[in-house]
Amino acid sequence: MWGWLLRRLGQIIPTLLILSVLIFALQQLMPGDPAIIMAGEERGDPQVLAEIRAELMLDRPIWEQYGAWLWRLLHGDLGFSWRIRQPVGELILEKLPVTLQLGLMAFVIAVVIGVPAGIVSAAYRDRPADWAANGIALAGISTPNFWLGIMMILLFSVNLGWLPPSGYVPITEDWRQSLATTIMPAFVLGGGIAGVFMRHTRAAMIGALGQDYVRTARAKGLPEKVVITRHALRNALIPVVTLATIELGRLLAGAVLTEQIFSIPGFGKLIVDAVFNRDYPVVQGVVVVTALIFVTLSLIGDLLYMAINPRLRAA
Amino acid sequence: MSATASPTGAPAIPRAESPVRRALRRFLRHRLAVLGLIVVVVFVAAAILAPWIAPYDPVATSWSRIRRPPSELHWFGTDENGRDVFSRVLWGARASLMAGALSVTAALLLGVPFGLLAGLAGGWVDTIISRITDAMLSVPFLILAIALAAFLGPALENAMLAIAISASPIFVRLARGMAMEARATEWVEAARSLGNPPWRIALVHVLPNIVPPLLVQATLSIAEAIIAEASLSFLGLGQQPPNPSWGSMLNAAQRFLTQAPWMAIYPGLAIFLVVLAFNLLGDGLRDALDPRARGR
Amino acid sequence: MNARFLAPLAVVAALAAGAAQAQNLPNLRIGLREDPDIMDPTLARSFVGRIVFASLCDKLFDINDKLEIVPQLATTHRWEDPKTLVITLREGVTFHDGERMDAEAVRYSLTRHLTMQGSFRRGEITDLEAVEVVDPLTVRLRLKQPSAPFLSQLTDRAGMIVSPKAAEAAGRDFGAKPVCAGPFRFVERVAQDRIVLERFANYWNAANIHFNRVTFQPITDSTARLANLQSGALELIEVTSPSDVPGIRRDRRLSLTTVDGLGYWGIIYNVGNGARAQGPLGQDSRIRQAFDLAIDREALIQVVYEGLHTPSSQPIPPASPMHVRDLRVTAPNLDRAKALLREAGIRTPVAVDMMVANSPELRQAAEVMQSMVAEAGFELRIVATEFASALQAAVRGDFQTYLSGWSGRPDPDGNVWTFIHSRGAQNDGKYSNPEVDRLLDQSRAESDPARRTALYAEAFRIALSQDRARSYLWHPKTIVAHTTRLQGFALVPDGLIRLQGVRLR
Repeated sequence: MWGWLLRRLGQIIPTLLILSVLIFALQQLMPGDPAIIMAGEERGDPQVLAEIRAELMLDRPIWEQYGAWLWRLLHGDLGFSWRIRQPVGELILEKLPVTLQLGLMAFVIAVVIGVPAGIVSAAYRDRPADWAANGIALAGISTPNFWLGIMMILLFSVNLGWLPPSGYVPITEDWRQSLATTIMPAFVLGGGIAGVFMRHTRAAMIGALGQDYVRTARAKGLPEKVVITRHALRNALIPVVTLATIELGRLLAGAVLTEQIFSIPGFGKLIVDAVFNRDYPVVQGVVVVTALIFVTLSLIGDLLYMAINPRLRAA
Repeated sequence: MSATASPTGAPAIPRAESPVRRALRRFLRHRLAVLGLIVVVVFVAAAILAPWIAPYDPVATSWSRIRRPPSELHWFGTDENGRDVFSRVLWGARASLMAGALSVTAALLLGVPFGLLAGLAGGWVDTIISRITDAMLSVPFLILAIALAAFLGPALENAMLAIAISASPIFVRLARGMAMEARATEWVEAARSLGNPPWRIALVHVLPNIVPPLLVQATLSIAEAIIAEASLSFLGLGQQPPNPSWGSMLNAAQRFLTQAPWMAIYPGLAIFLVVLAFNLLGDGLRDALDPRARGR
Repeated sequence: MNARFLAPLAVVAALAAGAAQAQNLPNLRIGLREDPDIMDPTLARSFVGRIVFASLCDKLFDINDKLEIVPQLATTHRWEDPKTLVITLREGVTFHDGERMDAEAVRYSLTRHLTMQGSFRRGEITDLEAVEVVDPLTVRLRLKQPSAPFLSQLTDRAGMIVSPKAAEAAGRDFGAKPVCAGPFRFVERVAQDRIVLERFANYWNAANIHFNRVTFQPITDSTARLANLQSGALELIEVTSPSDVPGIRRDRRLSLTTVDGLGYWGIIYNVGNGARAQGPLGQDSRIRQAFDLAIDREALIQVVYEGLHTPSSQPIPPASPMHVRDLRVTAPNLDRAKALLREAGIRTPVAVDMMVANSPELRQAAEVMQSMVAEAGFELRIVATEFASALQAAVRGDFQTYLSGWSGRPDPDGNVWTFIHSRGAQNDGKYSNPEVDRLLDQSRAESDPARRTALYAEAFRIALSQDRARSYLWHPKTIVAHTTRLQGFALVPDGLIRLQGVRLR
């Protein structure tokens, strides 16, 4: 077990290395000269462009750029944003709490909606309650994020005036305002994942309800409520929790469009703007940090999965 | 997904009816899934028959009829260029369904062989494939797609390629997980000890068992791919003007939400319906194909 | 009770000392279309950045609503000869760090613009040869050659004076904490979220500044930006989507301020940039003329821009005194267009690619043109390209036609020379005509506006009416929406947001 964990931890580094190579390769393939984009309307002077390229090492071969980047990374330096000349590490530390807050709120919303809906759905399988739960949860999955976001802004901000339409207030500054600014995007983000949770819970519950111990419990004459909560649910939740860790990672990714619609200055917005502006140090930094978070989550997911499925430990 | 459907041991051999028949019977009993299937069929028919049933040319502009609300002439109203929204929704079904079906097929063809290879071969092959899968899964899907679309140039085909690449790791994982579980079972070990080559084991013993979960995942992935296509088109990286896709229609509609909400409502509704239908279908398939739920 | 009693006293006190007033002044929140780039006047590139600079960094000169050059940090200027400019500075101006703004600071700032690595100002003031400090309030600028547009460059970022002490200490990181001599000083910036400025009590014109804090918030989605204004989360926004205008007009809590801008949108034809210029469209000006004649500019603006923008067939906007009045806006004429295509002996439909940056409005504009030119016999294929890729494709000549815009400069030279002069860095279609080059160079050296206009008229007759290097389509309006509580706000053609004299009730 410990050996396995060490091996698994050792795998994280090659994963991140593969990823960073992929990103560098991709940025090399991407059209759009960063120097020209940085210059924008001011791209008039070829000498200025040459100076920018020299300063950003864009005139060097890609492997040299990669080497320099890796070397700096080993010293804990992610470089600086070409566009606004702020250290990437600083930008990430500034944005990460925002997306984490959004992600956690969305996660809570998803669990609160998704898990009970899944239980009800499984318990009343093929009955109106199942259809209703299915319908509502699936509505979450089936509605495009950006569409739901715009609709909510129109309803709650423009028509009703209850919530600020966009922007973000840090939780340390004013927690009420902070909740007010993040509740809509968290709902948009969590709504989709809630459907996924509902499906996982439902499937796991249906699986558990078909197991022998549940039949035994039923045969003993235990009330259905007890059978479901005591016996089936406890077993069904384990795979759901496992999958939840992976979903949390996906949730961070899903924040990309949501943050764009609600103008939330988080990770997703940081990276989309960086891709469009060809601000490569930011792209690299954000991708590596996102990947690190994701790989850690998937490791936790694997650990949990092994904990329930001892047969795999040997493999 | 792999945690929910795990055939352990040899599949039970049904005596009274064939597995296909039984699955069909169970599927038909699942009313919502049947509804989903009907909706999918209706949309597919609309996509195929669009040239004949659309009342107007989807790209024909009319400056005198810009952003008209729904009427008898234009059931879903007209858009910012005076084009008939109903006709565009019908034609848009082509882009969306094609993007969904083709990209998921490509993702299957890409992901399953690698997954089986990783699961059956184990060792360093597994390590490499798993690490690359991890690396790919650790890039937010949209970022990968945006970057790919930027590299390839915005076009529907490129968006589909980007979606296919981003959707493949889940099939790698699924196939790998199933292959690993199958490898641990007695009947595969028996087959191996009898000297069957690994490819034969993969084809004969593993693949048939993972078809049901793959089918279920594929159906759900199509739903995701349709949303993904809409997202990319919404960002302007998918279907190119003047051809309609639901995502690009929403992209155009975004500017006119208060003045012409119908421009956004109908394509949004179409995405919602078709994705919902695929999800219901996937659910029904899962229930129908799940070997553990026998006797129902 | 106490507070109410003391309030009138506070006002009296505030009139005496501007600093005490700050407490009672309201704050202002402004919604921008995107996050500005680096806030260093030497290295900055973006238009939205200029909006923030207008509150942060004063310039030697400014422009007024008639595009006349008016004093700001300078009080007067005088040409000793066509190559020597003497500028007298305002007395008693201090930077945000308390340093004196004097001739030495002007020399330092102009030299910095001219010599700093990666300076985007160098091209604007490239004619500047030397800066001499005459006395603490007088500088003499020596030019390499006579330059009519030079003075107008000092009304923009090239004329911004930074604190030498702060700039020297911060080096290339000056943009993270700029120190200038504008009405507000820099407080903080959270990338993609906000830039916060605070009233500078010792501003030379502080009596005209009626805000305590100004916050600039980038919100890229135009619907969300407007929603923020409507819900009261912002007081003023840039309106980038004309389709929002009717709604703003109906809203009694909002008012709209517009001005004819200095910029333009138009079509660049690739006539000489690589292989893609070799098609019939790039080689035969009659085909380009037919294309131009097929576009109904009025209808296009009506459909896409709510009729707000001004149709045009030249790069110099009507707001400029050097607008060439004789160059009329092309009237659409399908018969003539078809006749030209027959004359050129080309088979219709003529396939033409048009590269468009990937924004909904521009794509719609392209779609409208697509259906217009189809009637003349063109088959227009729209190549919507992500902005970064489009820029590169434009430079490399990987386009047939490119729908492209320019934010505009007060002096017409900034709208013309670099785009149609054969050595112009943004001449993406690589149009080249020695006669046009000669006329444009001559106009640069000429100081009399009437004679310059005549030179431009002749240059356009050749480059546009005859050679059809480009088709100019419209001059966009700058549109700003704000709450009706905001009073005294006015726009100048450059479209920047100036807060002098503006109040919030």
